[in-house]
Amino acid sequence: MTGFTTVTGPAAAMPEENIDTDIIFPARFLLLTAREGLGKHAFHDRRYHADGTEVAGYVLNTDPFRAPPVIVAGANFGSGSSREQAVWALHGLGVRAVIAPALGEIFHNNCLRNGVIPVILPPETVAQMLGCAAAGTAFTVDLEAQTVTVAGQPPTPFAIPPERRLALLNGWDETDLVLARFADDITAFENTQRQTQPWLYA
Amino acid sequence: MKPRTLYEKLWDAHIVAELGADEALLYIDRHIVHEVSSPQSFVSMRKAGRQLRRPETHLAVADHAIPTRQRDVIDEPQAAAQIAELEANVAEFGLPYAALSGPEQGIVHVIGPETGFTLPGTTIVCGDSHTTTHGAFGALAFGIGASEQTTVMAAQALRQTKARTMKVELIGHRHPLTFAKDIALALIAKIGANGAVGYAVEYVGPAVSAMAMAERMTLCNMTIEAGSRIGLVAPDETTFAFIKGRRLAPKAAMFDAACAYWRTLPSDAGAHYDKVVTLDLAQIAPQVSWGTSPNQTLPVTAHLPDPAQITDPSERREAEKALSYMGLTPGAALQGTPISHVFIGSCTNGRIEDLRAAAAIALDRKVASGVKAIVVPGSAATRAAAQAEGLDRIFTAAGFEWRFAGCSMCVAMNDDRLAPGDRCASTSNRNFEGRQGAGGRTHLMSPAMAAAAAIAGHIADAREYIA
Repeated sequence: MTGFTTVTGPAAAMPEENIDTDIIFPARFLLLTAREGLGKHAFHDRRYHADGTEVAGYVLNTDPFRAPPVIVAGANFGSGSSREQAVWALHGLGVRAVIAPALGEIFHNNCLRNGVIPVILPPETVAQMLGCAAAGTAFTVDLEAQTVTVAGQPPTPFAIPPERRLALLNGWDETDLVLARFADDITAFENTQRQTQPWLYA
Repeated sequence: MKPRTLYEKLWDAHIVAELGADEALLYIDRHIVHEVSSPQSFVSMRKAGRQLRRPETHLAVADHAIPTRQRDVIDEPQAAAQIAELEANVAEFGLPYAALSGPEQGIVHVIGPETGFTLPGTTIVCGDSHTTTHGAFGALAFGIGASEQTTVMAAQALRQTKARTMKVELIGHRHPLTFAKDIALALIAKIGANGAVGYAVEYVGPAVSAMAMAERMTLCNMTIEAGSRIGLVAPDETTFAFIKGRRLAPKAAMFDAACAYWRTLPSDAGAHYDKVVTLDLAQIAPQVSWGTSPNQTLPVTAHLPDPAQITDPSERREAEKALSYMGLTPGAALQGTPISHVFIGSCTNGRIEDLRAAAAIALDRKVASGVKAIVVPGSAATRAAAQAEGLDRIFTAAGFEWRFAGCSMCVAMNDDRLAPGDRCASTSNRNFEGRQGAGGRTHLMSPAMAAAAAIAGHIADAREYIA
């Protein structure tokens, strides 16, 4: 994974609540075992009719939102299934940040693993940003500064756990990180647990 | 010592390292692996040249992509490839596998408990959001993504953010045909599909203590549909009796030692919860979802919402969109809505108790003409147990198809799926757009209600089918 600093560009407005990962990445595409090249399936059943033609007027079929670097969404975006394909598909489409009042929790964690910045902001702030996004105003998400800037307005700060931010800025892999930093602690934990709960080691 | 909740005890017992105020590296005791969410995790392991840290703590099975009509041929080439890839990964990395044709095959969240792999006091993860199910045993169990699975495979540990705690108190007496599924749907309707985001939910009250493990699992299973990754029930004698003697459960003196530890896990008197929700079961009729989010649920006796009567603009928009997708008339009675399909099964309601409840309605009746109804046991063991009781014959005599175990029509990625416009009475967990097939329409309900719908040919009140 490459490091992340800032992203600037149009933001697709998706005001509806509970856009789940079945909408973001329909289950039938889960039979694919690759993680690259999934962008073409993102929001497939919203973007395309059964005959493969585009659904006119859908935000991702409208310029300049066909490959938006940012999505501004209603509450509970990414809820439902744990499929990481939802994030891989968004990333494949070009999305690098998702702004919402709340995200599905597993989706949120999957974003952090894949260089897609989860930006959680109060509902009224998101409501205002949805309007700006629909109008085509440029958004800048700056991870270093932890701000979202809508062109012409003062920056809005957002929170992200410090260690997660650092890993995203540097493009670090979490598995490498855990093994490098905590291998001894994990072994120590196992040595204790083997004594206290031996049935887990039978 | 400060009184702690069950969740806090489980959290504290698995801290490998503290990582700031609300984060910790948690030890992961158990990992269940299925064919759909794991291929990319194994690829990452192979690329990095890594082995599983503790292969015996994993359990692999194919459930999502498999056919349930028969077990001899997998017609779909991509599904066949995915299952072959799982079997190759199992061989290469040396983890236990419940073979597709074997006696322990089934849905991840059904076979974990059935084999004794699921134990109280453990942390359990799986690349599947309904991992909440295992919380019914007093385990800290949650769904994760494929990248997190790689970390668990390599390091047996995972960075997690500590949740706030929510107590859901079930009070009052329920009608015999109000099941855990109805309680779960009523809860989600009350608190919303994101009502529990950020919380670990614990179910308490005499009704919970009186529930068999199957119903506790249904409650915890559906917790993700309220936005929480963690649903919990305190382990008790019902839990221990369920576990005792299962293949992977501790035996003899080790079982007694385990029980002694498990008895320390229930929340302490006076433990603080960040939020408390109370549900009076006497007020809960059989529930039916009408929309495209599980919170869009009503009692079977209710009428559909009329967007013109809804003042909140966003709520009105959501209702309009859902009614339109579902092809329903605003304000119409829910009962009597014609259905084309019935699906009884899934990790939510595919256990023997669920099949019994459905069979009690189906007994000596016939599926309405024009309705395609399938019963898909949650596991091979459940299927065998049902056949030993003769439930399969009740279903087939009534005109239901009796299938092999798998996720089937809960997730539209195998042979069983709806066509656009089909309307299904389903015991599964999600009524999302396209969840059961592009353009398909899902009404969530209990197994008894789904069986009643099959007989009636439309959404019906199961209470009218039992004398």
